[in-house]
Parts: sequence; structure tokens; C-alpha cells
Amino acid sequence: MGDDYRFIGKATQRRDAVEIVTGTALYLDDLRFQNLLHGKVLRSPHAHALIKKIDKSKAEALPGVKAVLTWQDIPDWKGGTPRKLRVLDKKVRYVGDAVALVAASTEEIAREALDLIEVEYQVLPAVLDMDSALKHGAPLIYDEFPGNIIPGGTIAFGPNCLKGVVMGDVEKGFAEADVIAEGTFGYENIPNALPPEPVGAVAMWEEPNKVTLWSTSQAPYMDKGTLFHVFNRQVEIRCIGNHVGGSFGTKIMCWQVQAYAVLLSRATGKPVKVMFTKEEHMAAFTLRIGSRIHARVGMKKDGTLTAIHGTWYVDSGYYSFTTQAQVAVGSGELMIMAQCPNWDLKNIIVATNRNASGSTRGFGGQELKCSFIPILSLAMEKAALDPFEVLKKNYVKPGGGYFWRDGNWYQYRGIDYSAAMDKGAEQFGWKEKWKGWLTPTAVNGTKRLGIGVGVHGNADVGEDSAEAYVQLDCNGTATIFLCAAEHGTGQKSNYAKLVAEVLQIPLDRISMTPADSLITPFEFGPVGSRGTYAIGSAVINAAEDVKRRLFEFVAPKLGAEPQDLETVDGVVFVKGYPEKSLKWRALGYDRTLLGHGRFEPDFTVCNCMMSFVEVEVDTETGKVTLLRVVLATDVGQIIDPQGLEGQLNGALGSAGIDSAIFEETILNHSTGHILNANLMDYKWRTFTELPAMEHVVLETPMPTHRFHAVGVGEVATSPGPSAVLMAVSNAVGSWLHEYPVTPDRVLRAIGKVGYSARGGKK
Amino acid sequence: MTANKSDRVTRETAATRHVGFTVNGQYHEFRVGSGGIEISPTHTLSWTLREVLGLMGTKVSCDSGACGSCTVIMDGKAVLSCKVLTIECDGKTITTIEGLRDPKTGALDPIQQSFIDHTAFQCGYCTPGMIMTAKAFLNENPQPTEEEIKDALSGNFCRCISHYQVIRAVMSVVEKEGEHGR
Repeated sequence: MGDDYRFIGKATQRRDAVEIVTGTALYLDDLRFQNLLHGKVLRSPHAHALIKKIDKSKAEALPGVKAVLTWQDIPDWKGGTPRKLRVLDKKVRYVGDAVALVAASTEEIAREALDLIEVEYQVLPAVLDMDSALKHGAPLIYDEFPGNIIPGGTIAFGPNCLKGVVMGDVEKGFAEADVIAEGTFGYENIPNALPPEPVGAVAMWEEPNKVTLWSTSQAPYMDKGTLFHVFNRQVEIRCIGNHVGGSFGTKIMCWQVQAYAVLLSRATGKPVKVMFTKEEHMAAFTLRIGSRIHARVGMKKDGTLTAIHGTWYVDSGYYSFTTQAQVAVGSGELMIMAQCPNWDLKNIIVATNRNASGSTRGFGGQELKCSFIPILSLAMEKAALDPFEVLKKNYVKPGGGYFWRDGNWYQYRGIDYSAAMDKGAEQFGWKEKWKGWLTPTAVNGTKRLGIGVGVHGNADVGEDSAEAYVQLDCNGTATIFLCAAEHGTGQKSNYAKLVAEVLQIPLDRISMTPADSLITPFEFGPVGSRGTYAIGSAVINAAEDVKRRLFEFVAPKLGAEPQDLETVDGVVFVKGYPEKSLKWRALGYDRTLLGHGRFEPDFTVCNCMMSFVEVEVDTETGKVTLLRVVLATDVGQIIDPQGLEGQLNGALGSAGIDSAIFEETILNHSTGHILNANLMDYKWRTFTELPAMEHVVLETPMPTHRFHAVGVGEVATSPGPSAVLMAVSNAVGSWLHEYPVTPDRVLRAIGKVGYSARGGKK
Repeated sequence: MTANKSDRVTRETAATRHVGFTVNGQYHEFRVGSGGIEISPTHTLSWTLREVLGLMGTKVSCDSGACGSCTVIMDGKAVLSCKVLTIECDGKTITTIEGLRDPKTGALDPIQQSFIDHTAFQCGYCTPGMIMTAKAFLNENPQPTEEEIKDALSGNFCRCISHYQVIRAVMSVVEKEGEHGR
């Protein structure tokens, strides 16, 4: 399908393939620096406390220690939305909060110094979940946030940032409904996307106010902007990206570890590296947001939605940086999958004394849908409707629309994804397997099979601006100037393919600058599946721009008009007259041409992913086994088939489907300690437990992209968890209300164990 | 820091303790102690490989033996280099990801080439550990079934979910070797 391209859609080798398989790809911790010092963080053992006194004299006296910083030693640098959280504060707000920073000549000395810092705390009562945080008279985590409610909206999305969905008349909508369902479901297991590479940063300060930062960030140019505000708009920042060992949306925001490295470098005059240990990565770096919704849904007998009314409770942990943005995007994403004329969907963002939540792929929408689709399912159950049909019916179609993150209404101008959904259902055998609600598809002794379906899509594919340059050289080569750190999607290789296709030169004639904010123009970062449409279009536009300049330069020499020219393999010729040609060499050795490409945000198109899952539930042990996954999508045009396959397989891990089955961050609700902050106790899928994985990928040309493509990488995970909850509920014949569907919850749902099997947690 | 094996024998007769081992065909010997250039009894092999020998291909992720990222081959067996102390490595022969290329021609090992051909990686951070685990396993069992490959790799953490492509990459090496053998 699609056009016959020379590079696009063909399997090509990743540009960094040899480096990766030979171990020469350089990640942050592999970079070497002269006179490097090592930074470590002293962390709070209390969930909520005031620091009464810190004695750092013994630590400072340890040979090799170069700096010990506490809240008293640092400028008033703050982050968060709103900007209220100091980098180091006199108050600690979760078990693991930063109390002091140490820089020393070796990691061992820095660690030893942490033990020599004496801290006297005044322990305060803590609120470890939303219920206790919202209770009248609950202890306040911030004086500025009464009731522990964090204000909605983020200025990043403009003055009218979407804070919920209110439209039409919900009472009228409920009056028109044939069935009304009401319920509460939560996705509160705060799973960790958990990239293998921990987070870290190296900073090199230059007096009086400059700093260069290398970090594990997936978005170096955005860091420059984020940190500019954190550092009170007084520091000139240069950010350099490198290979990133996985991100899954989390490493768009590494401001704390970056600030620690910058503060320590500023204090010592030396480059300082702070690498989190895996335990810090799991207990002191951002988790998914906790999500719970209480809602009513009105539906007609044919599956048409008439009203949605409810409150979305969002647990952000001890601070928010991106939670308001996730609420805005998540709310818009719910509208995309649930086209309905009448809405009253509010939300409350709650601060609790646990490690913070933040950006993770699915970005609000996954969390909201994991809670909302089960309520929608209750309505479908009442109306005895097939969930596949209802999800397909209510997904946005051309002519439909939605509010997006800036609070504006967007008329959808993308394609109808029904064909991809139908093809997915056919591949899965949905019609043959579906036996009705809370009914297993098969029962074999103690084993019961169940199926479920979920859907997700976002208009983030065209979010935020992107800029790139493409430079041509007379020797027939091109260089892409782009601030993109390769974090695993292979997009850097894809950008080279796009440029190769526009300029018709072989891939090995294309170079890329490092991701360095001093060299490249602005780029927001590879998030929200925006790599293909937003970043890709900027790169394409830069290539088209430089091609235009090339033709303008060569046209007079060929006695032709620029629009009559073509170029292939470094030769420009008149269309239809290949003998009338000039090599790029005609530019002369002393001339390069530079094209500039920019992408303006476009929220009028979205992507779509439908997940079908089949599970086996052992009613003796409660164990849930994922047997089969079928993912259905339409990408417009495949850029790189193997890269796409990898991205889609990613549906399982990084806090995706497995966050419904066994992944969870376990918080002790009396002490605030995370009990499984290591790779032994945090459950992750291994090679021996892989389900059958099938992809249905259509290529219906998208009108919005030069090569008709749309990105889908981010959304592969998002429809999966609710599909699993549906499948397990169907298999056991009773609704499960919480994630993950661990054996105790399954056994409780089928009445084999009592209600309080899971100590301390409802 | 490198020395001949014969030197080592004479130096071991002195009271100072040394540890010597071969990495990627080159013999290295270190004095055990707490000085800057000495090997501390607390140093892990992964630390020594990266921070002393500059072999950055061995990746450390969990640093506690749970993820397989730091896997190297020691005397033919895949080991977690974050769980091996350097002082335990005396007399051992170690291969890291940097040592897989043919030393004479520079050609990639067939497993490395197969990982490229199947794009059996995304972020690539776990890839060196995967390749070393697969290499040690295929040395022991050149004609495994797919299930045996999965078992062998079950200790390797991959979060991008490149598992399916990794299995295909390793199976392809097995099949090619099989054809070669016939």
C-alpha cells in the first residue's frame, strides 16, 4: 500500500546499530570527564518532617569531600506546577526526599559522607493516600495548597488550559439514556515505566552564570527551557543529549537530578556527575499518576453515549510538574474515544506524602481510561452490548471533535479508524469468541479463558513546535541539525530516511549533529507519538527548503526554472531531460546551503490503537496468564517496519499491559516506604512468559504528512490494561475494580478469600 | 598495569597480594589495596571493567544481580559482573562485548550481526548483556530449541520489549549454524 518510496517503508539498518551491538554506543554513564566529581543525595527516612537542624561538619571534614549542600546553602531555585517546590527544602515530603547533596572525588567517599551528615527531624503526620489527604483537617503538605489540592491548569498549555470537560446538558443526556451505569474504579498501582538506564546528569558550571549539562534526558532542548525557570531565569544553560537507555515518557523531566548536579558543580567549580542508583530510580524518580474515577455514564440501546458525569481523582504524590498537563491531555483523549454530546467531568489533583508522579507514556489518558472504561463497560453490560462495537462506534470520526489541552475545540480531520478496528477484531476472532459480559469464552477444569478490548488515541501526534535545519554540501552530502537524543524508538534513523527521500541521496551520505542546544534549533522532545508528524515534518520541511535553495542556485546555470528541476544522487537535472544536469559540486567548494524547517502544532488529527487480549485465569491459584495480544492500528505509511514492530511490542512492558497483571509499586501505607524499589521485588515480564503477539497495521494515507504517516509509538501501551481488567472480569464472572489483577484480588473476586487479604489496603 | 604471567609469579612471592586475569585476550594484573590505582576488595568486576579498563560496553542497570545488563563471559560461562568481586577473578579468562569481534578481521560475531539484521534492540542498553548471555549459551548448546533460548535469556531485563526480535535473531544464528554443520 502507499507510494513506492526508495527509503521510506523499507527495512534499513539503524544508524547506531553497530555501536549498540558492540557496546560502543555512549550513554551518560559512559562519558568521561576530566576532574569529575561524584554527587550523592542524602534522603529522608520520614514521609513528612521538618528539618530542625543539620550538622554537616563531619561530612565536610572527610578527605575527598568537596561540597556538602543543604537547603540553607542553595539559591531559592524551585520547580513544579505551580513553582512551589524548592530543590532542597527545610521540609521533607516523602520517604526519599532530598535532604542534602554531597560532591566528592569518588562515589565511595560521597556515600560515606552521607552517613556523616547529622539531621534532626521534627516528624509530622503524613497523608499517604488520597482519602486521608482530602479529609477535613488533614495535615498540609504545602501551606500554599489548602486541602492538599494542587491547582489545575498549566501555563505551558496557555491561559485556558483544559481543566476538565463541561459541555451540553448532562441531565438532559441522562434523561435520553436507555441505561445509566455508575461506579468507581481505580488505576492506583503507580507502576514505574522503569527504563534500564537510571536517571542522571553531569553538570559543568562556568562562572558567573553558565552551565553545560549532559543528562539522561530524552528532550535536551526542553530541559533548557524547564531549567531556565527553575534557576530563576538567571542561568544560561546548554544541554547536550546522548544515547538514552529507555525512557517511556519519563525522562522528559529530569529537573531534580539535573539541579543537583548543577548545584554541586556551582559549589565546587568542577564537573559533577549524579547518577541515581536503581533503588533511587524506583523510589525517588517519577511514577505514573494514581487515578480513580467515580462517574455515571448514560447510553442508548444502540451504544450511543448520551451523558458522562463524574470526578476524576488524581494522586500526584508529593508534587506535580506535569500532572496538570496529563489531566488536560487525558481529558481530551477521553473525548476522542468517547464521543458524547453532554459532559461534566471534573477532576481533583491531590498531593500525598509519597514519591511524585509524573510524565509516563499514556500521559494522563492511559490512567483515566484504565479507570473509566470499566464504568463504560458497566453501561454496555446493562445494555447487553458488545464492547468492541461500542468502542468502535464512539471513537472520533471525521466531522467529530474534541476539546484539547489548550481549552480549544478541534474539529477532527483525520481518517476513520473503524477499518483498522474491524481488521483487528477479525484477526483476533472477536466475534467468534465473545460470549457476553462476565462470561468466560471457555472453561477447562480450573482454568477459565476471558477476552477484553480497549482503545486509545491522542491528538499529541501534532503537539508542540519542532525545528530543524538541513545543510547541503557540494560533495553530495547533507547534515541534519536536530536536537534529538536517541531514546530507543529509532527515530533518528527515520529522520535520515525522510531527508534521504526528499533529497534522493543514499542514507550513508546523511550526517546528524549531536543533540546540543548550542548547535541546533528548538525541538520539544520525542513524546506523545509526535516524532513522526511533528518532528518528522520539521525535518522534511528543512529538506524541502534546502532543495528549493539548491534549485534556485542551479536553475540559471541550466537555463531552466527551479520548478522544472529534480535531483537524484547529488545530480540536479531538468525533468524529462536528464542530460541537462549539474552535480551538487556546482555549488563550489566554498558554499553550503542551509534549509530551515518548522512545524506548527496541529491538534486536528489523532492516532488510534485498539488492543484485544485473551487471558487464562487459574481459579485455584488466582494466577492470570496473558495468552494473546492483537494490536490494531493505522499508521498511514510505515516508515521503518522493524522499528514499528518493536514499538508495538512495547505494549507489554514499561507500565503498559503488565501494569494490569503484575506490575505495581507497593507503598507501605503506614510508613510511606516503597517496599519493592528494586528489580527483584518489582515484577517484570521475562522471556519465558511472552504471549502470542500479533499486529494489524493498516496504511491509509494521512493527508497531513508529506509521506502520509502518523506516529503510534507512545500509545501502544495505553489500551491494554483496561482490556485485561475486562478479560479477567469476564473469565471469572465478576467485576474486578483494581489493578493489577494479582492472585489475591482474583481469588477475592471469585469468593475464595476474604476481603482483607491484602494487608493495609482496601 | 599489564604484566606478563611470568612476572606475576615472581611478584606473588612477595607479600603483596595481586590479582591477574585476561580480558578480551589481554592479561591484566593489579595490586589489591585501597590506593587509587589498586583494586579494592569491594570492587565489582563490572566496576573494574568500566572504570579501570575503560570497557564501557558492559552496562550496569540494577547493580544487584537482577537484570542481566552487565553479563560477561568468564571461563566460558555467562556471569553477572556486578555480582563478581574483582579479587575473585584471579586467573580467569573474561570476554566482554568489546571482545566479540574477530580479533584479526574485525568482523562482527554472527550474533551481533543477527541482532543488527533483526533490529533486536530499541534503546540498546540491555543489548550487550543479551548478546553475551546468548553467546555463552550457544557455545554450550549450539542447537537449542526456542524454549531453551527463552530460558537462557530469562534473567535479562528488557523494557522496550525487544524480546520477540531477540529470539528471532538468536534462532536465526542457530539455523545458519545448523545449515553450516550439515
